Amino acid sequence: MASGSSPEGPGLYVHVPFCVSRCAYCAFRSQTDLALREAYLRALAREAQLRSAAWTGFDTVYIGGGTPSALGLAGLERLVGALQPLDLVPAAQWTVEANPDDVDVELLGGLRALGVARLSLGAQSFDEGALRFLGRRHDAAAARRAAERARQAGFEELSLDLIYGLPGQRLQAWEADLRAALALEPSHISAYELTVEPGTALAARVQRGAAQLPDDERLRRLHLHGVELLEARGWLHYEVSSYARGPLQRSRHNRKYWRHVPYLGLGPAAHSFDGRCRWWNRDDIGAYARELAAGHLPVQDSERLDAAALRLERLALGFRCAEGVALEDLGEGVLAAVEQGLLVLRDGRARPTREGLLVADGLALRFA
Amino acid sequence: MKSKRNFGVIAHIDHGKSTLADRLIQRAGVVEERRFQDQFLDTMDIERERGITIKSNTVTLPYVAPDGRKYELNLLDTPGHVDFSYEVSRAMASCEGVLLLVDAAQGVEAQTVANLYLAMEHDLEIVPVINKIDLPAADPESVALQIDQELGLDGDDVVLCSAKKGQGIEDVLQAIVERIPPPSGYLSAPLTALIFDAHYDPYRGVIIAVRVFDGVLRPAERILFMQSDAEHKVEEVGRFRPDRQSCDALFAGDVGYIVAGIKTVAQVRVGDTITHRDQPAEQAVPGFVEARPVVFSSVYPVAADEYPDLAEALEKYELNDAALVYEKDSSVALGLGFRCGFLGLLHLEIFQERMEREFDQSLVMTAPSVRYEFTLNNGDELVVDNPHYFPDPAQIQEVREPFIKATLLFPDRHMGAVTKLCLERRGTGTRYDYPTPGRIEYTAELPLAEVIYDFYDKLKSVTRGYGSFDYEFLEYRAADVVKMDILVNGDPVDALSLIVHREKARARALHICNKLKDELPRQQFKVAIQGAIGGKIIARSTLNALRKDVTAKCYGGDISRKRKLLDRQARGKKRMKMVGNIAIPQQAFVAVLKTDDG
Repeated sequence: MASGSSPEGPGLYVHVPFCVSRCAYCAFRSQTDLALREAYLRALAREAQLRSAAWTGFDTVYIGGGTPSALGLAGLERLVGALQPLDLVPAAQWTVEANPDDVDVELLGGLRALGVARLSLGAQSFDEGALRFLGRRHDAAAARRAAERARQAGFEELSLDLIYGLPGQRLQAWEADLRAALALEPSHISAYELTVEPGTALAARVQRGAAQLPDDERLRRLHLHGVELLEARGWLHYEVSSYARGPLQRSRHNRKYWRHVPYLGLGPAAHSFDGRCRWWNRDDIGAYARELAAGHLPVQDSERLDAAALRLERLALGFRCAEGVALEDLGEGVLAAVEQGLLVLRDGRARPTREGLLVADGLALRFA
Repeated sequence: MKSKRNFGVIAHIDHGKSTLADRLIQRAGVVEERRFQDQFLDTMDIERERGITIKSNTVTLPYVAPDGRKYELNLLDTPGHVDFSYEVSRAMASCEGVLLLVDAAQGVEAQTVANLYLAMEHDLEIVPVINKIDLPAADPESVALQIDQELGLDGDDVVLCSAKKGQGIEDVLQAIVERIPPPSGYLSAPLTALIFDAHYDPYRGVIIAVRVFDGVLRPAERILFMQSDAEHKVEEVGRFRPDRQSCDALFAGDVGYIVAGIKTVAQVRVGDTITHRDQPAEQAVPGFVEARPVVFSSVYPVAADEYPDLAEALEKYELNDAALVYEKDSSVALGLGFRCGFLGLLHLEIFQERMEREFDQSLVMTAPSVRYEFTLNNGDELVVDNPHYFPDPAQIQEVREPFIKATLLFPDRHMGAVTKLCLERRGTGTRYDYPTPGRIEYTAELPLAEVIYDFYDKLKSVTRGYGSFDYEFLEYRAADVVKMDILVNGDPVDALSLIVHREKARARALHICNKLKDELPRQQFKVAIQGAIGGKIIARSTLNALRKDVTAKCYGGDISRKRKLLDRQARGKKRMKMVGNIAIPQQAFVAVLKTDDG
């Protein structure tokens, strides 16, 4: 397996396909019916068992969803137990995503005891109107409380998720959200532009004209406002939506996705990549569990990436990150992009400028 | 010979020519009912769809008159459009008479008049037929009056029918045998046979449609084409019934076909005369004219690597369209292609449609151009139909452009709008006449270049569809034309260059710049789209920069999706034409040729 030859270990992702309620903007595969929890946890243990022989040396574990915290502490303890057969390095960084409403002292203490050092809190906004629009079940106070408790529980790293680009959102409102987030002293912020995924409640609202999203120019200004505000405070804007207090606070796990480091995904709909092939699991929890009960891997489909496909991904992912793309992956046209102020060259890499990052897709297409 | 009749049908589009032909064929019983379909003689899909005849077709119909006499009627169905008027003239030269078909509700149209004059020039017997008398809006009396006053024919001799309902068909047949004279000619004289059509058959090669004037033509004989001087050996002769039916000989007065092992229609010129090699006629049938293209456009494949396919398709297409001329062309923006010459705009459109449908070719065609004549300062004469070869303006002493005489017929309430249109199109020498109350016959001298650019569509639009239009070539006249270039991001897009009248240049340039702005994908930088004459910018639009395209999230599950999307976009981009560092999609080249309301 590719993991053996890489100086960096592979990452382990566990998808928890449950939520207490569904947010207006979310198209993630998740179940609000927690009754399937038992079948899921049993299947997950089998999957970990089946995969354990081929993968070694995981140095990040990321438990995401869905809403992992919706499993409750007992559920999360069983989930962590299910991962026992896998070979993790002792220093592996564990991250768990949590909903502010679910974060109580007991859960946090339990997670710490399980070795989870990084908490990713789905705050989304500190504006009550925005939270209602997004269909979040918590309020701003819950997010503040959760962050406070996390610090008290001894989480070394706290990441806050924020969403901007809501209908009619002004720069001041976005700035207020960012300041409110910074006041909680997180180590990491993920700032996502609100995107309309087909089939969501938000998409329906937009379609019938009940919600009008900001145009590209407005979104661009919101984005740049966030960049300026955070960079002025010494933060690193290291990926389109990702900001870290310093290099060590960057998401070790997420960066594997963007640099083609292998990762194994467990759980329904989870994607895996071993350096050459990518595959993804059945997304229906029932089908996922049935496959595993029958002793089969729950793989829905897979693809093998040839050199051209790998290069295209390096472009698509590289221009989204501050590190950019190795010059050997680029042909002519680099200098034109430099002249246009979209790229800068450093250490054999073409790195996107602030403006370049905003047109990462176009840059990738240019060199594709 | 007395029992033979050779006749054509003159009609405006939609006046029911094909339907009448259908009825005559059905009445003769030469086609089994189960094989019959409407517009039987129009075998091409485009003909059926547009309701027009593009290729001539011929059918020999047996007819038994009420008095018991047996006749052989040869119907020569001809194209109804000005682009093909030469083919029409050759078909007429093969007839002794025509049916002049007029719609009982629409009345006489410009096209009808033009073809009527053609028939008169050939001294043909003209039988006016008013069709569609079953329509609620039919007014046969005033149409008969119109025929009488406007066309100078005897309104009392009009035959009334409804081809659709099958009414009056017998009257039409009787008028044909009674009023159209039988052919005259000498069986013993040297062979003269006029070629009025040719089409390609994949199994037999070229099928030549002929009218024999004198002599007898038999299989295995050696024949000579008097204009092209080519010799061939006859393999088969026969008649169209309407399928080919071989026979022992074609005699003076007959209409039929010849197969002589000829590979392409380009080797057979409509209007040429066939005679025997060893006993040639002294004189050919008069009226031969080489078909001359008047409208030119370059044709490129959508993707550069499809050039060999396009070349092959053109070769096949040419087998059946002798009027098309083409030569290699190349463009920086569009790669290798062909410069094609057409008889007119309809011919060009038909070419485009058939290439797409029958030969599965996606084409990019450049703006149609006429052929200009240049006299240079050093006395050299130059003919240019391609902006690419426009001479250095400093060396030009004089430029001349083709003028046409246009005949327009329309209800008089549209007089103002039509006058305005003709003035806008640099029309001069306009004259008008009221052939019948309420109708205007309007003639104007117009530059052909102004007519090939959406003139007919505009005319239809300002006359609410009632205007009709026909033209004939007049002469070359001095013109103030320039070469206009279109620049995208400072780079000229050679395929968008135009030869255009100086006064029209700015408006055309602005139109193209704005169309391009709508069609070009936004770039990560601002792009200027400019129209220029020489180095001088005369029009400009700006394509604003796309300053944000990135998506918020891209984690494990999003990567494959993102790559596939990019891959698809990249492949789409490879099919686009690169000008400098800007990819121009095919639709952009198509869109600039469209007018705002078109």
